Amino acid sequence: MLVSEQKPLEEILRSLEGEGRVFLLGCRGCAEACQTGGEKEVLAMKETLEGAGKEIAGWAALDFLCQKGLVKTGLYPFEDQIVSADSILTMCCGIGVQVTSSVVGKVTHPACNTISLGGSRGEWWGSERCLECGDCLLDLTGGICPLTACTKSLINGPCGGARDGRCEFEPEVRECGWQLIYERLKKLDRLHKLREISLPKDFARMQPPKDLRGTAFWSLGQRQEERTGDETLGTL
Amino acid sequence: MKLSELFNDGKFVITTEAGPPKGVDVERMLEDVELLRERVDAFNVTDQQSSVMRLGSLAVSALLKRRGIEPVFQVTCRDRNRIALQSDLLSAYVLGIENVLCLTGDYVSLGDHLGAKPVFDLDSVSLLLTASRLQEGYDLAGREIAGSPTFCLGAVVNPGANPLEPQIIKMEKKIEAGARFFQTQAVYEPERFAAFMKQVEGFGVPVMVGIILLKSAGMARFMNRNVAGIHVPDHLIVEMEEAKDRAEMSVEIAGRLIREMKGLCQGVHIMALGWEKYVPTVLDAAGL
Repeated sequence: MLVSEQKPLEEILRSLEGEGRVFLLGCRGCAEACQTGGEKEVLAMKETLEGAGKEIAGWAALDFLCQKGLVKTGLYPFEDQIVSADSILTMCCGIGVQVTSSVVGKVTHPACNTISLGGSRGEWWGSERCLECGDCLLDLTGGICPLTACTKSLINGPCGGARDGRCEFEPEVRECGWQLIYERLKKLDRLHKLREISLPKDFARMQPPKDLRGTAFWSLGQRQEERTGDETLGTL
Repeated sequence: MKLSELFNDGKFVITTEAGPPKGVDVERMLEDVELLRERVDAFNVTDQQSSVMRLGSLAVSALLKRRGIEPVFQVTCRDRNRIALQSDLLSAYVLGIENVLCLTGDYVSLGDHLGAKPVFDLDSVSLLLTASRLQEGYDLAGREIAGSPTFCLGAVVNPGANPLEPQIIKMEKKIEAGARFFQTQAVYEPERFAAFMKQVEGFGVPVMVGIILLKSAGMARFMNRNVAGIHVPDHLIVEMEEAKDRAEMSVEIAGRLIREMKGLCQGVHIMALGWEKYVPTVLDAAGL
């Protein structure tokens, strides 16, 4: 299971600054289990944002935002609402945020930080990858993760090594992640996001907090493996 | 001596490179440095250039300083995390090193230790920010340090990058983070450089144009194919190809490029790549 936690409300509101109409998108997979982005949490977020003066263009909670095909077809009935919105607030792991922003031509904000992928990279593998950094940057980078899309995991823009949009490492197969981010931000008219200096990441946040390790949804993903491990040890 | 003092005096600043050897035999490198010390203002000491393991840039910068030669200590983010980088910056200061060039660093795949773990804990912008923080008396964790260093911090920019806009945005971030001068990737097209300088003229930070001595037409073609943001135009390749004496032609081309661009910028950074002995004649040809 992919474990996420909601970002602080102030951070979410900061990312929505200047945007009046927001479409809310939840996930009926892990985010529902984590209580960070199921229907219940989406409706709670709707109320909170309305209280903060935002207009909610619509909302949806789809199965598995980590699966591009499902997201494309699942969002189809909501097309008009999405088109009318200034942006989308996606309430799930970093993979779902990246999938959403890759299939919808809208600014996509992450509502959550991804704490652990629990040994799984989403229900379906795709090109969208998350590093479980616990401090999601996707809001600044147009929904493309610089930690996984850039070979050097740079967070302040491209290095000087890219050539014709290809990475200096394995250019025949790797695109420059920052070229992709630049093009996406330019298309979304959000290049000003690139001007903000990103401070060094807090890598301590990559270690899931100990109070979370005791919770039920953390256990769902981990307990089985650990118990099996114990038994094996006991019989040796 | 900080390079910023020279820029402030309105001097056209000249730097070149000292490449630490792979090993401990520093004689040849020091001979090359001695050859040029009277003609240049400082030597950039490269940091594991092209990800090839060598003698360290901190040690060589200190060796130069001990001989009364001004080093520009190059620091990349590839091999050290924030603890080691901050420590090396402090070490540099107590060894008398005042000029620091902050770089991201090439990926490990370009070098000779392909299995090395790439670090990139910081990037060029946050490294500059970190050095600035140390100058203010604090480390990156916000703790006070005992006595603070002062540096002249530099950074790099690639005027030939395509697209150029993200490079320029990053250049502005580097300035905001503390960069006080820039050295560029090698430039062979003065018109393109002029257009770049027009875009950054409002930044108010000195720019030193990068020059790599062409050794052959083949080298020019190799760089065109493989090095990001370097473009050697065809007419220069033809000149190199038809030259009776390649070194003489190389010197003439480099001198001409510097002459054409020196009015546009505040300094030149010459990368001789083994042809250090020709640098004085390049400077003569450039009228410097």
